[in-house]
Amino acid sequence: MVEDFSSVHSGDVSSSQYKSEVRNLSFYYGSFSALKNINMMLHEKKVTALIGPSGCGKSTFLRCFNRMHDLYPGNRYIGEIILHPDNVNILSRSVDPIEVRMRISMVFQKPNPFPKSIYENVAYGLRVRGVRRRAILDEKVEDALRGAALWDEVKDRLHQLAYNLSGGQQQRLCIARALATDPEILLFDEPTSALDPIATASIEELIADLKDKVTILIVTHNMQQAARVSDYTAYMYLGEVIEFGVTDTIFIKPKNKQTEDYITGRFG
Amino acid sequence: MSDVRNLREIRAIIARHKLGDLIFLVTGLLVLMIAVLTFIALFSHMLIDGLPRLSWDFFTSFPSRRPGSAGILSAWVGTTLVMIVTAAAAVPLGVGAGIYLEEYASKNILTEIIEINVTNLAGVPSIIYGLLALSLFVHQLGFGQSILSAGLALALLILPIVIVATREAIRAIPVTIREGAYALGATKWQTVSDHLLPYSAAGILTGIIIGLARAIGETAPVITIGALTFIAFLPPSPFKEEFPYISFEWLMAPFTVMPIQMFNWVSRPEEAFQVNAAAAGLVLVIMTLTMNALAIYLRYRMRKNLKW
Repeated sequence: MVEDFSSVHSGDVSSSQYKSEVRNLSFYYGSFSALKNINMMLHEKKVTALIGPSGCGKSTFLRCFNRMHDLYPGNRYIGEIILHPDNVNILSRSVDPIEVRMRISMVFQKPNPFPKSIYENVAYGLRVRGVRRRAILDEKVEDALRGAALWDEVKDRLHQLAYNLSGGQQQRLCIARALATDPEILLFDEPTSALDPIATASIEELIADLKDKVTILIVTHNMQQAARVSDYTAYMYLGEVIEFGVTDTIFIKPKNKQTEDYITGRFG
Repeated sequence: MSDVRNLREIRAIIARHKLGDLIFLVTGLLVLMIAVLTFIALFSHMLIDGLPRLSWDFFTSFPSRRPGSAGILSAWVGTTLVMIVTAAAAVPLGVGAGIYLEEYASKNILTEIIEINVTNLAGVPSIIYGLLALSLFVHQLGFGQSILSAGLALALLILPIVIVATREAIRAIPVTIREGAYALGATKWQTVSDHLLPYSAAGILTGIIIGLARAIGETAPVITIGALTFIAFLPPSPFKEEFPYISFEWLMAPFTVMPIQMFNWVSRPEEAFQVNAAAAGLVLVIMTLTMNALAIYLRYRMRKNLKW
């Protein structure tokens, strides 16, 4: 463990296994430094939330985990994100970003189903992985839709267009699509910001259920949401992790004055 | 008291602003009417002159010295075959180039130059394409004054239209859909073939049809490469009775096309040939309008399932 950790960590963080460790991560859009020397870890099968004001780099940080930044020119990572158990640095140039995305799934801010059927949406990740057998596809699609608490609502219309679903259902479909490939980590980028309160509640409930199966990293604008769904929280500001620790500690007695100001609504 | 005066002033301001609205509305309608009425006038003039001449015989007869028995058989067959060659060449090249520029090309000075060139190509006069085709296809490559040369010349002409339409159709797909595919572990080609191409097919198809509708009426480049103005035989049939049942001899055949047939008739002194020209023009306009209508219909049908 690097010494840096202790300065930002509050509460008990050593009680569970790490799924991933972020070491001295910096990130640049061209010459703009968007993330500055981030050190933290993701606990296995726990929910970790990233909070902070707009533009603080939460989404940028999240998108490092599936190498989404590789899609655009001029982006540069420095540092490491180690994925356990095989201890591979997923930011390494020698690691294919496609391989990383096959292990780590993502759910986006706005529901983004493909203009295909419900079934084909969920099956797409499997098809990319070369699954062709109908029986296997059927089974995995059903499992994923059940996992996303959507099966009962759509089982009779699997071959209808995904756009016929409501916004909340579309987002659960996107979660099912991400789950279908058994990811090791599931990334959520403000998954409820385009949804109404009822749909938001159902997604939050789903996240709470999912953490038994998968490690979750979620970016949220909504502090109550972070408090409700997460086990660990990182407060970010201007590209830095200001404080990271057990959610209860962060929200009840944060060590850092800045964190406290943000959480109590005095700033941000 | 002052409240009432304020209200009166506000109403006066609103009335003034609404007058501006009205003036623009009237001007806009007027301009639109000029455009629409011009087209209607031209079309109806041709309709009145040409419609009585349209008969089955007109489509199944070769041109003739006697205006009464002359027809457009060789012209419409020629136009159809040239369009097939044009589409076969312009679609893969144009769509491929569009995909490459939009999805694969890295943003550097070379790409920039290519992009500017593609845009500029759309503005090059069509006769220049004719000259290029004359020296390249007719002479250098030895295709002769054939359907193949004409089809390729017109393909070059509409290539920029197809490229630009492809790029715009792909660019209209939201970035979230693209990222959604990549996030599931798709490669670039999987993203293109499973998502970007199917979702942009309507726009690309519209661009192709609009390009072909432009090519169908082009005269200058086809004359330049040496299309015949009078031709009383058809190219060899693409179908054969013995194996392999298809033949490509027609590609090398001499030909004529609709606008050249029209041009030929218009330049004759006899009044009766003018009627023939009007009838051929009518057929050409109907062909173009049908293609445009098809483009609109396809776009409507295929876009119904896409909501963004």
